[in-house]
Amino acid sequence: MTAPSIDRATPDGATRPRLGAHTDGPLGGVVRGARKVAEALATPLVPADYLDLIDPMRTGADLRGRIVEVRPETADAATVVIRPGRGWLGHVPGQYIRIGVDIDGVRHWRAYSLTHRADGSAAAGIPAGCIAITTKAIPEGKVSNHLVRNARPGTLVMLDQATGDFTLPTPAPAKVLFLTAGSGITPVIGMLRNHLTELADVAHVHCAPSGGDVIFHRELAAHHETGRLDLRLNLDDEHGVLDLVSLETLVPDWRERETWLCGPTALLDAAEQHWADAGVPERLHVERFRPSVVEPGEGGTVSFGASGVTVDADGSTPILDAGEEAGLIMPSGCRMGICFGCVLPMRAGAVRDLRTGDVTVHESDEPLPIQTCINAVAGSCEIDH
Amino acid sequence: MTLAPQRPAHASTKPGGINPRLRVASDAPRPERPAFKKSGKPNPAAHLSQEDIEALGHELDALRKEVMDSRGERDAAYIRKVIKTQRYLEMGSRALLLFSNVKVKGVRPAWWLGTAGLSVAKILENMEIGHNVMHGQWDWMRDPKIHSTAWEWDNASPASQWKHSHNEIHHTFTNVLGRDNDLGYGILRVDEDQKWSLFYLFQPIWHVGNALLFEYSIAAYDLELGRYVATKHRMSEEDKAEFMRNRDEVLQKIKRQATKDYVVHPAMSAVTGSARTTLTANLVANLVRNVWTNTVIICGHFPPGISTFEKTSIDGETRGEWYLRQMLGSGNIRGSKAMHVMTGNLSHQIEHHLFPDMPSNRYAEIAPRIRDLMERNDLPYVTGTLWKQSASVYGKVVQLSLPNKVEGRRRRDIVRLELTKAWRKKKRKLGL
Repeated sequence: MTAPSIDRATPDGATRPRLGAHTDGPLGGVVRGARKVAEALATPLVPADYLDLIDPMRTGADLRGRIVEVRPETADAATVVIRPGRGWLGHVPGQYIRIGVDIDGVRHWRAYSLTHRADGSAAAGIPAGCIAITTKAIPEGKVSNHLVRNARPGTLVMLDQATGDFTLPTPAPAKVLFLTAGSGITPVIGMLRNHLTELADVAHVHCAPSGGDVIFHRELAAHHETGRLDLRLNLDDEHGVLDLVSLETLVPDWRERETWLCGPTALLDAAEQHWADAGVPERLHVERFRPSVVEPGEGGTVSFGASGVTVDADGSTPILDAGEEAGLIMPSGCRMGICFGCVLPMRAGAVRDLRTGDVTVHESDEPLPIQTCINAVAGSCEIDH
Repeated sequence: MTLAPQRPAHASTKPGGINPRLRVASDAPRPERPAFKKSGKPNPAAHLSQEDIEALGHELDALRKEVMDSRGERDAAYIRKVIKTQRYLEMGSRALLLFSNVKVKGVRPAWWLGTAGLSVAKILENMEIGHNVMHGQWDWMRDPKIHSTAWEWDNASPASQWKHSHNEIHHTFTNVLGRDNDLGYGILRVDEDQKWSLFYLFQPIWHVGNALLFEYSIAAYDLELGRYVATKHRMSEEDKAEFMRNRDEVLQKIKRQATKDYVVHPAMSAVTGSARTTLTANLVANLVRNVWTNTVIICGHFPPGISTFEKTSIDGETRGEWYLRQMLGSGNIRGSKAMHVMTGNLSHQIEHHLFPDMPSNRYAEIAPRIRDLMERNDLPYVTGTLWKQSASVYGKVVQLSLPNKVEGRRRRDIVRLELTKAWRKKKRKLGL
């Protein structure tokens, strides 16, 4: 199986295929002409600004979805079922999507693995034609807590097309090991729901704090009972945190198995070492979600992406001044935070507002526009300029 | 014609130090505020001490933080609702205008309704949506479609040029003589402390013309066309090239805007024989928008009781002093809720100038607190109905077309002298 090539849509829809753009012949001319007229009618807006009001899920619109249902899985995990817009291109089991959710009026983007059936048929209570993600509320996790506890059916969310290479190859390998922990089960349940019948010999080691925390417990147990999958639960309260050495007893032939691993960073790092030490690193396939966000500090390094300049700045120097001192020509204006003429996208890091002390932390891979004239670096930050 | 002053360099930052406007307090002692202005008018802030101004700055900072920290779903829903309403109103009005030539009992109902709807839609788009989005009031939502960096408005002036002349120059240097070009737009004398010249003699005419063509005069003004005409002989090649780029951008924008309103939409109406009536409807809607926005905007800084400031008075200005200048340099309009929305909440000009990036729907709730703060500090909170405020500005435009009264001299003698001088100069130039 090969992953379909998918253009990741940018928020402004720059890579969105446009109707008539690739159409040849007289029909293409008519479509292009009609589009030109529509653009002339809508300027300074674009036709999509009006069409989105009428049908935000139409073909050609930025990809959006509507929440159909939020179904609790455990005390702190839930599956969010979403009907995607007509531009949805489908996915390969194991892949993830980015989802943009408005919380208290502010849009946040996060990545979640897809857990529904790729052929669009109904399964595990997910209606046909819907997509599903499963999320676990983590402490301080703004988006995960919102999705698990506050998300309501009917809400419109922003979506990106599916992406990621944490997928099964074709033909499926004869012997497979899934090693998952916590919400790391989600890409794997996606694979199981789609491919379990194609897999002859599946061992699954899953770690969770306790029995009640195991997401999809009943579903996994059912597979175990029918013998389609050999499930080994490692519950922290019973067995302690998983020691990879115990794999020798849990799955003695782990070295021979193609392994898919998803879980917290510490487990991923340890497993990579473990598989490398065993001389079979190529058998291990790892899903690594975005590294955690920076812990804000006082002052730090500012790197200006395109210009390749990196400077050290203290906690009281505006990023604008730091850039100018390094010889860059920066966009600027009032230099007191009111005109928004200095706004540049922050790609990573954290900044502190010199007027209020408020810290803004970059937390997803969506660039975050910030005012450089009133923000100083807090820890480190990466600015697109 | 009085020409726009030089675009100020970024003089607000002190070499080797942080911009003083980022802090409420100042390390160095601040200059005394004189009791009277050059024109002899009293300075309404003369009684405030340095400590008073600092305290005022801290209070306003705290108020700002309180509101900004409470921004949320309710506010996001507000701006989305306004945008949605505006777009449906515009689409509905334009759809009606497709039948604008259809007569019922001698009148064209679709023309009247469509024109009225389109006028309101254009006003909403320019004021409550465009102006405020471009101020960054909604950037905090992180919605790339409602963002200051991406918004383009239904106006002749391109967003980028508007943001420079309005957000940056006008809002930083509000009412500073020779610094804030908005003070009379370079064609009006609206304050006794502005120097009189012969050009202002005819300013009632300039004023009415400016109101009718407001979107184009804003475009010319944002482009600094006046400055270019006056100084092009000594402008560097770089500056000239920049002007040309900006000029092309404005012309492109005007072309797109005019094509939409005066070619494509009328052409769509040709099917029902309504091309001409759609064209007149769009023309009227643009005129209504121009006159309305001009009327609202002149009430913001020109009515009596609002102060202007000398250039030197803002050297090393602190955030507290900047706040003070914003309060004294702006005036409000009293009215209903609908009225506030139609002015883009610029009826809360004082609150807007204190916090230009605060969502406009929150100005009404802080207005009583700002008024209280100003009254406690013995500062005049200028406000009045739209009629009263705009009539007072029209009065001022007429009154200040003549020079200030000077003890022992008749104003008409000053005018006559200036006319004679100008006539002699002209004659000399022509070699007569």
